[in-house]
Amino acid sequence: MTFADLRTRPARPTVSPLPAARRARRGAQRGPNLTLGPTRTARALGLAALAVLAVIWLLPMAWAVLTAFKSEQDASDPVHWIWPQAGFTLDGFRTVIERGDLPLWMWNSFFVSAAVTLVTVAVSAAAGYAFSRTVFRGRRVLFALTIASVLVPPQMLIVPWFQQMLTLNLVDTYAAVILPQTVAPVMVFILKKHFDTIPRELEEAARLDGAGHARIFWSVMMPLSRPMLAAVSIFVFIGAWNNFLWPFVSTSDPALMTLPVGITAVKDAYGVNYAQTMASSVLAALPLVLVFVFFQRHIVKSVATTGLGGQ
Amino acid sequence: MSTPLAAPDRAPAGDRATGPVATVRRLVPPGLLFALPFLVLFALFMVWPLVHGAWMSLTDTSLSAHDPSFVGLDNYAEALGDADMWQAVGNTVWFTAVSTVPLVAVALAMALLVHTGLPGQWVWRLAFFAPYLLPVGVIGLLWGWLYQPDLGLYNHLLQAAGLDGFAWLSDKDVALHAIVVATLWWTVGFNFLLFLAALQAVPDHLYEAAALDGAGAWRRLWHVTLPQLRRITGVVTVLQILASLKVFDQVYLLTKGGPDGATRPVVEYLYDVGFTGYRLGYASAISYVFFALVVLVSAVQFAAFRRREK
Repeated sequence: MTFADLRTRPARPTVSPLPAARRARRGAQRGPNLTLGPTRTARALGLAALAVLAVIWLLPMAWAVLTAFKSEQDASDPVHWIWPQAGFTLDGFRTVIERGDLPLWMWNSFFVSAAVTLVTVAVSAAAGYAFSRTVFRGRRVLFALTIASVLVPPQMLIVPWFQQMLTLNLVDTYAAVILPQTVAPVMVFILKKHFDTIPRELEEAARLDGAGHARIFWSVMMPLSRPMLAAVSIFVFIGAWNNFLWPFVSTSDPALMTLPVGITAVKDAYGVNYAQTMASSVLAALPLVLVFVFFQRHIVKSVATTGLGGQ
Repeated sequence: MSTPLAAPDRAPAGDRATGPVATVRRLVPPGLLFALPFLVLFALFMVWPLVHGAWMSLTDTSLSAHDPSFVGLDNYAEALGDADMWQAVGNTVWFTAVSTVPLVAVALAMALLVHTGLPGQWVWRLAFFAPYLLPVGVIGLLWGWLYQPDLGLYNHLLQAAGLDGFAWLSDKDVALHAIVVATLWWTVGFNFLLFLAALQAVPDHLYEAAALDGAGAWRRLWHVTLPQLRRITGVVTVLQILASLKVFDQVYLLTKGGPDGATRPVVEYLYDVGFTGYRLGYASAISYVFFALVVLVSAVQFAAFRRREK
């Protein structure tokens, strides 16, 4: 399967007045009749299997939410481990929010991830365009180097990166957290392959009108690449939002910590308060899960197009 | 290809060749200018660290202040005889082997089931993929709590079923597998979405032809769906193996590599040596041992892949 397949295949019929009609058409296209067969037993078995898996997968989250709404005492009650004796309470959430560091770490995570996404996508798109559409000496060698570096696991670079940040006097700054994350050879590769699929005829008219590379890149290629850029951006953002090792190594000041680093630091500092721990977990999980609930289709598409790394 | 086309935009630049911008334009080919921001970042944060790391691995650089001196291949010699490092390599390989199978198989099963078009698509996708969106910090807190021996959910459930609980994260024989289970829960959604996209790309006419030939649901699965998924399964497996080799976050957060290093992967060992033990030189050597492992596995996979494609 290639990217071209994924992109040229319309995800849904273009004209679709009603959701119900849309669903009916989709069902007719590739519904149970095609893969599962129309039999009732097969459908029932399939549903049962799905339900079992879904329960297994949802249980940990349900447990976290349940604990978060208990009092500390109920959370660590070994006998009445399901229903809280003292009823449900918001104390855990209140304590965590009043402590004030969680919103700060969320902001840090958002700022760092947005900056990483912006720089990565801008820089990779320009480089992808250069490798796809321009000729200059050393282009092939540089592109080969870029591809080869996909093999380098970022984890092996934490020691030299740290030394580098010491030398540049950047330890405990946003710049230290952000900069190393902006080098994404895979994204350059993906965007280069994407630009390769855009027909050259589209630029020729612009070229005849005297447009240079900058103009063509900005006014022809970018508008045509919006879905691809969105997919890549979402992917980079999720990666940065969840990145742990480098932010963990490069920050020791709690005021600069990102969400994944901060909430684990708190657990070590405050000891075992299960209700509070789960309350902060629920709050920390909320932003991206909510985004997913609202933008499910975009995120699914982003992972499907970008996740294979251009394979 | 684009050589003749590049001519028109070069001509006007030559006409007004004054000022610094025009000078840069004349001297640097436009293509290089586009690639430059990436190349600068690439040189600074990829090429230079690789070179510097290689150099550090030949010295006794330390986080505590003293001037590093050149020690040749001593660090690598030490690594070869370092039982802790071999334990970490063993843990990493074992984790990769044990985690890859369910991470591919369960993802495939989920995708096949969801793709049947049964009602509730939205719920299934949310249930299977949402964990992937949780920051790893949450994974550490949540699974630490689920696995808590006296109060955690899993031991409560086992006891309710009349079974003995486990010391999930502190029993040497259980801990790494407990981490595999947490990892499966956390990341399977990613592979699930890759399979789902591949399933949607299987052409309908294959199913229609099979249906006309009277093939039932099972035969359609075996003779149409699975053969069509062979390539994507290979790709997902390759990507999963590479991802599993790089495991660190959830292990560090759940067990800190314990008990007795029984769960410590290579990446954590290099972190421990460098940032807890302050031995940056030795940590760099271990980084390169880790790199060698990744390259080796990639090469084997590449060879296997090429052979199958032929």
